[in-house]
Amino acid sequence: MAATIRIPTPLRKLTNEQETVEIESATVGAAIDELEGKFPGIKERLVGEDGEVRRFVNVYVNEEDIRFLENQATTLKDGDDVSIIPAIAGG
Amino acid sequence: MSKSVGFMRALKCRECGREYPLEATHVCEFDFGPLEVVYDYDKIKKSMTKAAMAKRPETMWRFRELLPVADEPTVGTRVGYTPLVKADRLAKWLGVREAWVKNDAVNYPTLSFKDRVVSVALSRAKELGFKTVACASTGNLANSVAANAASAGLDAIVFIPADLEEGKILNSLIYGARVVAIRGHYDEVNRLCAEIAGKYGWAFVNVNMRPYYAEGSKSMAYEVTEQLDWNLPQHTVVPMASGSLLTKIHKGYQELIQLGLARDTKPTVHGAQATGCSPISVAFKQGMDFFKPVKPDTIAKSLAIGTPADGFYALKVMKETGGASDDVTDDEIREAMSALAECEGIFTETAGGVTVGVAKKLVASGKIPAEDSVVLCVTGNGLKTLDAVQGHVGKPAEIKPSLREFEQLIESDNKIKSK
Repeated sequence: MAATIRIPTPLRKLTNEQETVEIESATVGAAIDELEGKFPGIKERLVGEDGEVRRFVNVYVNEEDIRFLENQATTLKDGDDVSIIPAIAGG
Repeated sequence: MSKSVGFMRALKCRECGREYPLEATHVCEFDFGPLEVVYDYDKIKKSMTKAAMAKRPETMWRFRELLPVADEPTVGTRVGYTPLVKADRLAKWLGVREAWVKNDAVNYPTLSFKDRVVSVALSRAKELGFKTVACASTGNLANSVAANAASAGLDAIVFIPADLEEGKILNSLIYGARVVAIRGHYDEVNRLCAEIAGKYGWAFVNVNMRPYYAEGSKSMAYEVTEQLDWNLPQHTVVPMASGSLLTKIHKGYQELIQLGLARDTKPTVHGAQATGCSPISVAFKQGMDFFKPVKPDTIAKSLAIGTPADGFYALKVMKETGGASDDVTDDEIREAMSALAECEGIFTETAGGVTVGVAKKLVASGKIPAEDSVVLCVTGNGLKTLDAVQGHVGKPAEIKPSLREFEQLIESDNKIKSK
């Protein structure tokens, strides 16, 4: 199985400008670790010292905010799209 | 592209303090914290004296040194300086000694406070060489981007939730902007735009231009203070969607203190939300320093942001200034809209009803003491959200053009008879 992670612009320096990355992990948390294995340094950008996703980072699985799902325990299946997006302003 | 940076110094991450050049970028590469403009306040102090300002036209650009453009503004040069109305009849309704309404329902040109942020964002976008501007919007921002881009000769693409009020949709289309309606709520529009902004070379006013855009809100604080004879208000009640306006009004007051333009009288800032979308007020009432995202369901669509980007900082400002937060139901919003209209002749949109309704609650609970003075930020115009009051404000009395019918009417009509 494989899900696709979309890498946001501010992190693409770490992924050699790669916009999407295929991952095999079964949960969001494991996917972040898998990403770290491929692109060292990326995890600390997403997750704070407390192990939680940083407060200005929003993670979505198939357009749903993981905070409405099971946070890092949210499961991933084949073909899922994971987006990592900075919080943005009102309008 | 302009080489000068005016009174700006850099962009700086609010979380870790890393600095970035003054470009179209909005998040820290390290921790995703929001970037904010930092200024050269010593330089500003020399230029922004009360004597110098007395000669300037009555627009928000009187405070040009504190707004993030390198050179003179080129878009929205007539925005701002809306009336600060002493609202004695509304004060009675609220149960407070003194109330003022900062009336951005009549802001120029699109009747909401968004003209402030857009004139800054588009002026800066032109300085940075952009030809196309865009935004994710709950309506008012789209209207303002569309109108101000039209007058500046820029192309505009605006993204809105598909279920917006008809008035707000037409108010973007008329200016020739490309309007893209997304089948989803604002947070989904926002998420999509964050992805789009990274892909196309457009100036997204509330994405990659956000550090500049957000600063425009400070002008409301400067104007209120000058209109109160350079006194900071005791209490300010501000509607919260992303929480940005509230944090910027606070920043505006602090800057005036820092520059010696106003005495530090410890202004208190309160935040207002709609119960159907109240992640910030709920967190505040529970004593949390971070909010839980929600899925919005409220008539106050312009405030319907379930994942408020500045919620964290808004909570902090309210706590630090001794402010409070509350929320009002759809019925309470309509009631407050009617109260403002009937007391002061000001027709605000639903967001203004949220501000006025929450102010009443805060007075009732003693969070705003009855003997104090309060400024209410009314940020949008009621003509744009007619759907919200349709069927709730009565109907005209319809008669034939006959004196007999009119006399029958006044016999039976309490509204006329009582006069």
